[in-house]
Amino acid sequence: ERSSLAGVQHILLVLSGKGGVGKSTISTQLALALWHCGKRVGILDVDLCGPSIPRMLRVQDRAVHQCDSGWVPVFVGQDKDISLMSIGFLLERPDDAVVWRGPKKNALIKQFVTDVAWGDLDFLIVDTPPGTSDEHISTVEALRPHRLLGAILVTTPQ
Amino acid sequence: ECPGTGSAQAGKAAACQGCPNQGLCAAGAAGPDPAEAAELRERLRAGRHTVLVLSGKGGVGKSTVSAALAHGLAAQQDKQVALLDVDICGPSIPKMMGLEGEQVHQSGSGWSPVYVEENLGVMSVGFLLSSPDDAVIWRGPKKNGLIKQFLRDVDWGELDYLIVDTPPGTSDEHLSLVQYLGATHITGAVIVTTPQEISLQDVRKEINFCHKVKLPIIGVVENMSGFVCPKCKNESQIFPPTTGGAEKMCQNLNVSLLGKVPLDPQIGKSCDRGQSFLSEAPESPATLSYRNIIQRIQEYCEQHHFQEEKII
Repeated sequence: ERSSLAGVQHILLVLSGKGGVGKSTISTQLALALWHCGKRVGILDVDLCGPSIPRMLRVQDRAVHQCDSGWVPVFVGQDKDISLMSIGFLLERPDDAVVWRGPKKNALIKQFVTDVAWGDLDFLIVDTPPGTSDEHISTVEALRPHRLLGAILVTTPQ
Repeated sequence: ECPGTGSAQAGKAAACQGCPNQGLCAAGAAGPDPAEAAELRERLRAGRHTVLVLSGKGGVGKSTVSAALAHGLAAQQDKQVALLDVDICGPSIPKMMGLEGEQVHQSGSGWSPVYVEENLGVMSVGFLLSSPDDAVIWRGPKKNGLIKQFLRDVDWGELDYLIVDTPPGTSDEHLSLVQYLGATHITGAVIVTTPQEISLQDVRKEINFCHKVKLPIIGVVENMSGFVCPKCKNESQIFPPTTGGAEKMCQNLNVSLLGKVPLDPQIGKSCDRGQSFLSEAPESPATLSYRNIIQRIQEYCEQHHFQEEKII
């Protein structure tokens, strides 16, 4: 069975450690810049408590659908320019808090990696929450068998 | 019938057999042992006010507000104040309080907090690291264990105020704090945000978290709210409140807006240098805002105490 990430050429993790430095902003702008260069781009938002990417791409009101090969990511733009998966799409109400302990977060991240039909992409950008905890460990573990290109670290000057 | 993933029966009830999540729920991931938690709450009662500083969003100024609040309250020499930093992955409090490099000492009565002033003690995972650049790469259960130790094994002495600085989000650390301390024994939460919608959308979730776990909300602080240029004195909105800022959100959700703190480069500098901003820049409009906010928090705490005593 073909892995859901088999068609993805490069995977980039956007990390920080510190919150509020611009990881989601940089992830979004990087995705848009790569798309402008003609690349096929997807974004995986693994910030389960504070998913910012849907609003940044103005798709916060969209929903996720299932197909034979798994979950279909949300497509941004008229020509399905950028694909996106985020817990933001799974919440009943946008203000619902996701109050989960680590193991439950880990299970969903694994699903995001293995069960989303990403298709053929040049780049998959993975936006992460602040810290070095469950989300980060699980994301790296799930992505390790695939083409994990590397990490971009974001900071502010102080 | 699923007993609920947060319940003590999670993964152990008869109905759990065959559920794909059974392993997860049963793996002790449901949280602290209720009996242990009850014992801890008894130990920590001692008539003090516990204030949690929360956000949901990272980088909005929780640690900065916590540090200012601790300094502000400790300025009253007769008050005993403690600042507990449970941001295990990114502990900012040691540096902000000028305590980098300090170590925690053990005594017969437990761990000793590190004292900034005679009446202001601090505890953070930062004091337990051999090097400040060491990453603490822990999953939830291990973080919960350390938080329990911080609450159980630190010899705080008799306290008037316990301020708890938290990491962003609504996860293990926050759940464990509420479960170990007990929502009824926490005076309330101070929620910090910045004016933009990207922050507010996370903060609304945090407010819902507080409602869900029955944690009273003392109020919201809007940080980085405008910048007054020291040269031309013009005010700029660096983070424009495109959806009405904290003020509109507080109106909509019926919570108090404790105050707005403007951006002041002196704040970041003081934090980096481990100095109290309130002392370093007493004339700054940000200091004035902070002092008003601290007063309002103190008033809330004293009112709450009065009500508690009335009930007794």
